[in-house]
Formats: sequence, C-alpha cells, structure tokens
Amino acid sequence: MFERKSGIILIAGIGFFALAFLSNAVVPILMYRHLPEKTAKELVNGNLRYQFEDLSQRFPEAFQQAYGVPPTDPEQAGDWYNDHCENALKVGRQIYIGEGCWHCHSQFVRPVSNEDRRWGPVSKSWEYQNELQRPVMFGTRRVGPDLSREGGRRSNDWHAVHFFQPEALSTGSPMPRYPWLFDGAPDKPTYRGLALITYIQWLGSWHESYPYYEDYLPVPIKTASHSE
Amino acid sequence: MTAAPAVLNTDQDFPHHQELVEERLVLWYFIAALTFMVVSMLAGILMGLQLIRHNPLPAVELLSPGRWRMVHTNAIAYGFLANAFLGIMHWVVPRLTLRPCFSRSLSYAIFAAWQLVVLATAVGILLGQAQGVEWGETPVWIDPVALFGLLLVAINFGTPILQTRGPMYVTLWYYLAALVWTFLTYAMGNFVPEYFVCGSSAGAVGGLFIHDLVGLFVTPLGWGMMYYFVPILLKRPMWSHGLSLVGFWGLAFFYPLQGIHHFLYTPIPMFLQYGAVLSTIALEMVVVTVIINFLGTLHGTGGLALTNLPLRYFYTGILFYFLTCLQCALQVTMTFQALIHFTDWVVGHAHMVMFGVFSMWQFGAMTYLIPRIFKTDWYSPQWCEWHYWASAGGLSVMAGDLILAGLFQGWSWAALQPWDASIRLSIPFWSVRIVAGLAMFGAQILFIVNFYLTWRKSLRVGPERAVSPSGNSATA
Repeated sequence: MFERKSGIILIAGIGFFALAFLSNAVVPILMYRHLPEKTAKELVNGNLRYQFEDLSQRFPEAFQQAYGVPPTDPEQAGDWYNDHCENALKVGRQIYIGEGCWHCHSQFVRPVSNEDRRWGPVSKSWEYQNELQRPVMFGTRRVGPDLSREGGRRSNDWHAVHFFQPEALSTGSPMPRYPWLFDGAPDKPTYRGLALITYIQWLGSWHESYPYYEDYLPVPIKTASHSE
Repeated sequence: MTAAPAVLNTDQDFPHHQELVEERLVLWYFIAALTFMVVSMLAGILMGLQLIRHNPLPAVELLSPGRWRMVHTNAIAYGFLANAFLGIMHWVVPRLTLRPCFSRSLSYAIFAAWQLVVLATAVGILLGQAQGVEWGETPVWIDPVALFGLLLVAINFGTPILQTRGPMYVTLWYYLAALVWTFLTYAMGNFVPEYFVCGSSAGAVGGLFIHDLVGLFVTPLGWGMMYYFVPILLKRPMWSHGLSLVGFWGLAFFYPLQGIHHFLYTPIPMFLQYGAVLSTIALEMVVVTVIINFLGTLHGTGGLALTNLPLRYFYTGILFYFLTCLQCALQVTMTFQALIHFTDWVVGHAHMVMFGVFSMWQFGAMTYLIPRIFKTDWYSPQWCEWHYWASAGGLSVMAGDLILAGLFQGWSWAALQPWDASIRLSIPFWSVRIVAGLAMFGAQILFIVNFYLTWRKSLRVGPERAVSPSGNSATA
C-alpha cells in the first residue's frame, strides 16, 4: 500500500488532503454558519455615512466629479448617499487589495503583546463575517500599524494628505506615495482616492465606541445628513 | 538506480536518453526560470529600497512598490520555482520511468501556456487587479486557465508514471502525489476564499493554501529531485529505504494539517490553532528522519559535498531545510508567536525556505544539468563557485539579519513604544538586507552570463564528452 500508485494517489494525494480540508476549513465554516455573511449595503452605518458626507463637504468638487450631485429631496438624498457609500466601500477594498496595502498592514488585534492597549478591543469573528472580508484581510506583516480600528481615528483631510505624501505627516514613514489616487493635489482625490479613504474610515466603524483613540477630537462640520 | 528491474530484463531495447528526454525543453524551462528570477529580484530590490526610503522611482503607478512586492513573491513561486521544477521533471521523469512524457507537443504547449500564465499574472498585478489571497493574487480571469494548465501537467507527467510496472522509486512517490496535490491546492486557494466563504473561515482556507503551496507543491517536488540526484551524484543508494517511507508518509499526513499556524491568535477557533501547532511540531520530527537519511547516504564520502559543486548546493539546501524546520518548530509555538508574528522574522524565514532551500537545490540541478545538455563544460567553473558563495553567503546574511530585526520589532511593539520607533530601529537591518540582496542578485546575473557563454562555447567547440559520465546515458 505504501509504495503503490493507488495508495499514493488515493490515500496521500486525495485522502490526506481531504482530511486536512475537512478539519482545517470545513470545521470553522460549520462553526460560523450562524453568522451569515453581510452584504456591503448592510455595512454602511452611521459612522461611515458621517465620514462619507464629510468627504462631500471637504472635497466638494472632487466628490461631485466622482459621484454627481445628490438629489435635493432629503429622503432620496439619504438613499443616494447610502448607495454611493456602498459602492465606495467595494471600490476602496479593491484598491486596498490591488495596491498591496494588506502586505504591510494587518487587520486583526491579537490578545497578546499589549495589542489591545495600542489598538483597541481584540478582534472577534463576527467582525469579519461580511462581503468585504471575502477573502479576509487579516494580513501577515506589519510594516505599518494595524488598521482594523483605524476608522475615525484621523480626519479625511489627514488621510488625503497622507496617501498623497506619507512622509509629510508621518516623519520617516517608509510608506510609498499614491499620487495616482489624486488629480495632482491632495485636495483633489479622484474616484479611487475617495473610495480608498471611505474604506479606511469603515474599518472599526461597526463598534459602538468609535473611534478607539485617546486624543480623538471630532471635527465640527455642518452635516448634510438627514436620514441618520 | 531505477526500480523495476524485472521489466528491464525482459526488454531488450532500452530506450535511449535522446528518445526520452526533450533536452531543449529542459533548457527553455531553465531560461524562463532564470528570467523570472531576475524579475522577482528586481521587484524585491525595489521594495527593499522603498523600505529604507531610497526608492529611486517613487510616485509612478506602474512601479508601485506595493504591486511589485506581489510580483516578487508570485514570480518566485510560479515563475522561478515552477519553471525550474517542470524543467527538471522533464529530465527526471522519463529517465526514471523509461518512458517519454505523454505528448511531445503537449509538453511544448504547456511550456508556452505556463509562461503566458505567469506573464499575465505579473501584468494583472501591475495593473492593480490582484486578488486578496497571498500567492493567490493571480487576477480572477487567469485562475481557471492556470488550473487547466495544472491538469495538463498532471496528465503529461502522470501518464509515464502510471505506466510503470513494479515498485516505484521514492522520487516518483513524491512526484505522483505532488501532481495531485498541486492541482487540488490551487483549486482550493483560488476559489474557496474568494467566492464561497468569508471572514475567519476564509482565513483558515487562505492559511491552508499558502501552507499547502509550500508543503504540497514545492516541498515534494524538491525532495523528489533530491532523492533522484543525490544518490546519482554519490553513486550509492539512499541509506535507508524505511526512512524514505517515513519521510514521505509523514509529510503527506502532517503537512496539510497545519495551515492555520499562519494565523495564530486570530479569531479562528483556538482548538484548531492548537491542532495546527501540534501537527507542525510533529512534522519537524519527520523532517529529522529525512535529514538523517540524507546524512546517512553521505556518510563516508562527506568530502564530495565540498568538492562537487552540485552536491554542495544540495547539501547546503538540506542544511537550510533543517534550520528552517528547527526554526519552525520554535516559532510556531504560541509563546514565540506573540513576539515574532507580523515581524521581519517571518520574512527571514520565508527567504531561508524559498531561496536557501529550494532555489539552492534548483541552482545545483542547473549547475549539474546545463553542461550535460550543452555537452561541454561550464564556460567558467570559477564563476559557478562565485554563484554559489554569493548566493549562499547573501542568503545567510539576509535571513540572519531579518530574523534578528524581527525580534527587535516584536519587543518594540510589545513595549508600546511609538510606532515610528519600530521603523527607526529597522532601518539598519533593512539596509543590510539590501546589500545582501544585491549580492544574491549579482550572483544570479553572473550565473546567467556564464550560462550564455557556455551556450556560445558549445556552438563553437561542438559536442564533447568533457563532463563526468554518470549523467549521459539513460540506463546509468
């Protein structure tokens, strides 16, 4: 059996592979079957809507170029913002993956190494049961900080300048510049730039206490929100 | 040294090497592999320069270090390692089975298709179309094509292996299993976490994928080739057939069970994490038996491992394999993970495995096979020595440097120092890494030049039997 072709193909090749898939993949899948996968639409929450509308006021021209003009009717405007916010989340995640952000930034807080002191609460499975975490963005390396509690820590302005030229805000940062997300200046984010900022602001926005940041001060803006 | 003597005795007409091995294709695979090695190393150098904040070409979308970092890993796995393995299999499988591959034209078609797959992967990644699974970044539209290609590879090499009668040699166990595993692994990793499951479960599958890709595609093809070349070069059989059996079945059973150890302390259920840790430590025991088997085979002729360059490559790789596995048994424990996860320790480990073990083995096989295919000696054996020392030396420095850097990064984070402190302390390590990387890069360039000049020399002098006789006849 141990040196026969059938043994090697059926037992080692298929059998052991299937055993590993059952024990290492099917078991967690079954364990989390009570947590249905949320769609991107269900992920748009009040915190995120606030940030998205903040983008429309900080970068009105860029925002209008990317998404057009919202309807004047308050109720329709609410739906309009939600739809575009959902779209921005999906596009932003694509950019996060395509630019390889996830190879230098993780998205989970471990229960060790003082991480909950630095980032906020330890990550739980329910936080990842959604469309935007398929495939999951755990990450494997931290050159830069963990981002799973990043949303709301810093303003949209900060993110725009930081994506345009990271070392302008984080001295000595090895993060590359991403000028192709802008029309030549940090106050002119493109469709892709707005989407990526929206995605970053989403991270952790599902927590009741948002953001987890000791010196966070909410930026006063006149909110256009009517539906939240 | 091949098995199946019963069949051979009844068969008066031994097939000749020329009828079995498509030497030109072996050569083409080597050229493709080395080309992608250069691409991958350039990508690594770009990312390395970005880290020390000296990127010479910043702010260009198509030269984004984040994208090239993915080209770096994919070009090594699918461009260098896969191409070199396919080339070596075109040499080994027909010689062990005494049968040519399933179809000559299929062999060439697979070669062309595989280069297209790798090129398309690189282009797709550079255009920002990567997918979010490590080593599965291959853009969506290439996945089915690549999977179909792997099926063809399995048919092409599987046919001669399945046609052999009587007992099979160890190499063929590994090859046969790897043909099945690679197909299944690729199918699992490129479809399940993208389309079917999300969150922690996708993490478990993703971990299984990156792990199986190393363990069930690269490792069995690598060890298969060691079990073939080492006894030939030493002109003696493996020390213990029993240990060969333990090594193969131990790997087959324990290796796939460990995927989750890549994501310890995540929300993946804790008992699964402990299971992955235990099976990893169990596998390291198996690895020791394999190492003992190869040291036993070498016993009494150890000097050859110093004087014979291909053999020195092989045993250097085996030494690094032992070191990585020893490291693995330590770093996989929860205690170690708390400190070194997310740090450059893991990057150092990965380089030691992919370059220190598998690339070194490939270089050894290339150093051995290229003169046999060209039927002339190396243009400069001295340059081959330089290739060895710069590769092995550069890798040792890089791996040691990054492993050390990881410890300091981990301590800095745990001490709750500001984030930029961990960057500042990494800069000296990252600078050393660039120097080591450039040494490794220079070594490969020298090897490629040597390869080219050897080819020119073979055209000039015509075939000569300058190389040792063990490689050239099919029935050796």
